[in-house]
Amino acid sequence: MIELEGVGRSFTVRRRTGRLLRREKAVVHAVRDLSFSVAPGEFVGYLGPNGAGKSTTIKMMTGILTPTEGRLRVAGLDPSRRRTVLARRIGVVFGQRTTLWWDLPLRDSFELVRHLYKVDRNTFRQRLDELTELLELTSFLHTPVRQLSLGQRMRGDIAAALLHAPPVLVLDEPTIGLDVVSKAALRAFLSELNAERGTTVLLTTHDLGDVERLCNRVMVIDQGRLSFDGTVEDLRATAPDESSIEDVVARLYTGGGTAAAEPAQQLGSSVAQ
Amino acid sequence: MARAYVLLAWTWLRASFQYPASALIGLAVAMALYTLDVAAIWVIFGHTERLGGFTAHEVMFLYGTAGVSFGLADMLFGNVDRLGAQVRTGTFDTMLIRPVSPFVQMAVDRFTVTRFGRVLQAGVVLAIALPQLDLAWSRVWMVPVMIVCGLVIFTSVFAFGGAIQFLLTEAPEIANAFTYGGSQLTQYPMTVYGAELVRGVTFIMPLAFVNWQPALFVLDREDPLGLPHWLRFASPVAALAIALAAAALWRVGIRRYRSTGS
Repeated sequence: MIELEGVGRSFTVRRRTGRLLRREKAVVHAVRDLSFSVAPGEFVGYLGPNGAGKSTTIKMMTGILTPTEGRLRVAGLDPSRRRTVLARRIGVVFGQRTTLWWDLPLRDSFELVRHLYKVDRNTFRQRLDELTELLELTSFLHTPVRQLSLGQRMRGDIAAALLHAPPVLVLDEPTIGLDVVSKAALRAFLSELNAERGTTVLLTTHDLGDVERLCNRVMVIDQGRLSFDGTVEDLRATAPDESSIEDVVARLYTGGGTAAAEPAQQLGSSVAQ
Repeated sequence: MARAYVLLAWTWLRASFQYPASALIGLAVAMALYTLDVAAIWVIFGHTERLGGFTAHEVMFLYGTAGVSFGLADMLFGNVDRLGAQVRTGTFDTMLIRPVSPFVQMAVDRFTVTRFGRVLQAGVVLAIALPQLDLAWSRVWMVPVMIVCGLVIFTSVFAFGGAIQFLLTEAPEIANAFTYGGSQLTQYPMTVYGAELVRGVTFIMPLAFVNWQPALFVLDREDPLGLPHWLRFASPVAALAIALAAAALWRVGIRRYRSTGS
């Protein structure tokens, strides 16, 4: 469903130097030589410290950024070249940024999504009813998006991303800033979506509760390279002496050398370092 | 694509009419401002019979055709030159994940009734000027052709301006020099400008094809600068060429788009 082969993305950064109008060029590799594949129906957690390249990867998978190296396939398409076609086969949610229309009531945003994604009226109504019930949208369906609370907005965003029933759902920090109850509800929803519909889900998060409860596979990216790929149990096994998953991941992030190497081959995915 | 445009435009219009007074005042103010533009023409002709060899009605004809072309381009696609702001705030990302061309989404973003201001005003000027000119039918057919070509040329200039902002996010001012500057330039007979400038806007940035060259045909005039006669029929070719160039640059811009952090 998602395939990456030696994908890299570098940015040329111009820095001001001391002298006036003189600038120095530097190349920053946000992601380098990244290879993995995600099978249909998997629920993958994509972890990594801030600035590790998580968002860059997601932006390449959704066609927002064009990779500078390597080959990428999502739902059978090259994202940056077939972006508008891919949009119909993928749902994308950014936790930090809404994809809804800020000034429109939620219901109008959904109606627009219906037209833009060419979902027929009956299917749309049926899905919207379903999503409204599962995500409990009824009370704020007619409120403009800008007036929604973060939790409400997030549920609205997720509903909008699923109205066209995409086989792949990509979530960038969907639980960021949500309270415990909202988080639990969202997790229950995502887990059901994956189990019942078989939707492939890839999410990035800093909340390891998400990973423990949802993901049957975890990938960790660090400094633009994959440093771990395996199940949650494998992840724990990298540091058996640590009691909490937070500590295990913290060790991975800070580069607890042995931790990164061992389980690397788990799913036959290539791993750097 | 047109369907998506109309749909989004309608949605934005409806949203803007949640505050109807604000929307209508915006339109009125826009029209009033543009009317001052026309007043300038009358002031000029209060002092002189001819401007660059053209009568007041002929200048109004030039003003009206350029204004309608530019007004339509600005109304439909002018918002593309706000790309820099969307890129900086990161909201452009969300346009890239929808199954509609980001150019269309950018163009239609925040469509309000104010956008009709210029085209309405220029349309009125053109409607006043046209009957006064006593044109032959064998020449009038060029008027809609030149308006469409002008629309394409100005839209391309807007697209250039937007595409530049993928590379330089702080560039709207540079872009505006060509879009709004180009609109101002085409409002008057080219003969009031220096010959070098006219050559520039004929062969480099083809603004002379918006209305000047075809207007020479409509008004049955010799080219005061002595450029070849066939140029006055070349507007569609010029429009096509600049549109292709603009589309190519836009595509390059999207591929080089860097997004923002987070």
